[in-house]
Amino acid sequence: MNEGTAPDFEGLLRRALVPVEPPEDLAERLEATLTNLTEMAAEELDAWELSAMRDPRNWVRPVAAGAGLVVLRVRTQQKRHRAQAATDAEFVQRMLHAAGDEIRRVLRR
Amino acid sequence: MDKAELDRQFSELYRAHLRDVYSYAYYRVGDHHDAEDLTEQTFLQAYRHFERAVRESDGRPLRPWLIRIAHNLAANLYRDRSRKPQTPIEDTGTLRTLHTTEDLVEGRDELARILEGIKELPDDRREALIMRFALGMDNREIARAMDRSDGATKVLIHRAIKQLEQIVSARQGGPA
Repeated sequence: MNEGTAPDFEGLLRRALVPVEPPEDLAERLEATLTNLTEMAAEELDAWELSAMRDPRNWVRPVAAGAGLVVLRVRTQQKRHRAQAATDAEFVQRMLHAAGDEIRRVLRR
Repeated sequence: MDKAELDRQFSELYRAHLRDVYSYAYYRVGDHHDAEDLTEQTFLQAYRHFERAVRESDGRPLRPWLIRIAHNLAANLYRDRSRKPQTPIEDTGTLRTLHTTEDLVEGRDELARILEGIKELPDDRREALIMRFALGMDNREIARAMDRSDGATKVLIHRAIKQLEQIVSARQGGPA
């Protein structure tokens, strides 16, 4: 494959860097989230994406089966937050707080 | 293409490449927790831009595009946290999870030295090796994922392997 490189070293590399199977609950959670996202309008997705990118730990990963629920609940609050926010930045901040509140609520169930 | 068809195609892409994205994320960020976050965000981003990617791909495979998204998100993660990966992939527990009993008996120390050595490589060399050996991507795919020419990618991989050999050799106490 590469001139001047011992073939057995590449074999070792292949053994060291084995593909890693994702956890089963990740696949389930991701499928549920993607299913919900297919129903979201582009504008809503923009807001959600911005808040999620702020800190990956604020995303819905701890919620497991409740992930879709969090997305839907936050979505229902979006119009209210939009109306109350003076600026786009404040709107994103309100959505971020709402997502955090919903995650905590689902975790307490 | 209507939305239902786009969603169907995205679902196929997701099922075909979930393990690739997760493997890349795991070796890139170094632990399962962050790898899960990175994988989730990668597919979220991918979904957001899927229609355009399909339009511009001209029929080419989308795996390099997915890996590139994961690469960019990982870079953002480190920039935001202002830290390098705190990679525990040398831990015996992780090795036991990822490798077969036979591998562990025959060459656990050697595999551990390789994983440790990979962490010392510059980012682009480390990523090229992850794509080549963990994901089985060919030069052309890696070139697209890293936005380089095929030739530059071939050289990058060759140098990465040579540098890693030297690192591993030095750790064994052999000639560098």
